[in-house]
Amino acid sequence: MSSPICSICRFWHSSIGKKIVVALTGAFLVLFLAGHLTGNMLIFQSSHDFNEYAHFLHTMAHGWGIWVFRILLLGSLVLHVLATIQLTIANRKARPVRYQKEATMVAPKSSRIMIVSGLTILSFVVFHILHYTVRVDGDLRLLADFGQNWAMTVAGFQNLLVVIFYVIAMALLCSHLSHGVAAIFQTLGIRTKKSSQSIKAFSKAFSTVIFVGFIAIPISIYFGFGREEMEATVKLVEEAHKAGLSSLPVVEKSH
Amino acid sequence: MLNLTLKVWRQKSATSEGVLETHDAKNIPLEASFLEMLDIVNERILNDGGEPIYFDHDCREGICGMCSLTINGIPHSKERGITACQLHMRKFKDGETIWIEPFRAKAFPLLRDLIVDRSAFDRIIASGGFIDVRTGAAQDANALPVAKTRSDAAMDAAACIGCGACVAACKNASAMLFVSAKAAHLNLLPQGAPEKDKRVLGMVRQMDAEGFGNCTNLYECEAVCPKEISVDNIARLNRDYATALAKEAAF
Repeated sequence: MSSPICSICRFWHSSIGKKIVVALTGAFLVLFLAGHLTGNMLIFQSSHDFNEYAHFLHTMAHGWGIWVFRILLLGSLVLHVLATIQLTIANRKARPVRYQKEATMVAPKSSRIMIVSGLTILSFVVFHILHYTVRVDGDLRLLADFGQNWAMTVAGFQNLLVVIFYVIAMALLCSHLSHGVAAIFQTLGIRTKKSSQSIKAFSKAFSTVIFVGFIAIPISIYFGFGREEMEATVKLVEEAHKAGLSSLPVVEKSH
Repeated sequence: MLNLTLKVWRQKSATSEGVLETHDAKNIPLEASFLEMLDIVNERILNDGGEPIYFDHDCREGICGMCSLTINGIPHSKERGITACQLHMRKFKDGETIWIEPFRAKAFPLLRDLIVDRSAFDRIIASGGFIDVRTGAAQDANALPVAKTRSDAAMDAAACIGCGACVAACKNASAMLFVSAKAAHLNLLPQGAPEKDKRVLGMVRQMDAEGFGNCTNLYECEAVCPKEISVDNIARLNRDYATALAKEAAF
């Protein structure tokens, strides 16, 4: 038996091992995206349900749950990015003299720009976390402090530039996933001739759903969805804040 | 008859600067193969006292894997399932410009003009692409049962002629199609199965050491392969490598 540390090093330093790391972390991130989108769809259901959902995420497992998730996600992201950057550097070195005439037979553009789409998505992830998790914008932070995550989300998409950046990032995410999801199956060795067409179709369908689902939120909000309710909530929060309260006074809904 | 313009990579040695040189290929018969077209051009260059274009070739019947030309950016040309020697000039149009470059990869150092050194492949084979014991002559039919699906998959993988087009076509100059075909061809059969783990680990490690790139699942290799080797072999190799490494760590 060789030492386990040596084995992990050997795994990481081998071409296939590193690719398996990319595939496994990619699979975890893909599952996260599916969950994230499903949860976010509550935005369209009601502000109450979405706020409840946000409250649940922040308090599950005595508040530890979200941190376990965040650490797992960050770990996956770091490994995914680190491994792909190292692989890309090695790949460039493997062909020091390029062809004068470049041509391709079957590989779609999306599969050839993975590093570009990936790094753009990475910059988006940083922006997205600053936008809605760290909340560098004080107005958004105030709404979140009052448990008004729905109003915070709606308020965050009133800026056209922000909406455009989200849409571009989601388009690149769609491109990244259309190749990436299918590639997971190949790298993990679970793609066969029989399943190849279904895997390809699943990959395209999944990336399309992710794209349409995620852009639906900023676009519908920018074009007016929930604006009135958000403005009313902002007003209530500001008044409560001025009055020195830390949460909104409970208003009984009339049925 | 065709009149063509060739843009050919010319490089005196591994260390010298290379350039794309323009040559006219006049009065080329439609029935000539691509290599015969180069023969005609070379004969004219020689008659004019010039240095011929150096290129690799041997059997000229599509089975040896020696010819190694990248034609208009695609190894062995865009025609599927053939080597460059099986490409005929009737596939080109009169007046066309054809770009001819060597197979490009760090692991395939250029020797001269269009000739590259593919001995990295031989070193990969020497690292596990064989069976240690003598397996004897061909068995009597059915003496050694092999499932039809396995024997078919092994036979398909064994069709690899080791030309290196997979490496040349890959954006990352990865040798995964070659290595996976050579590994699968032995791993799938009872004679090769006992040494499967050792073979997979040895061949992949040598592949990495030679400086080939990493597969990013674009399947360009499969598209240019003159023997149409399937990328299913790559999935199989990924799986077998992970299993072999796990076993090595555990025992």
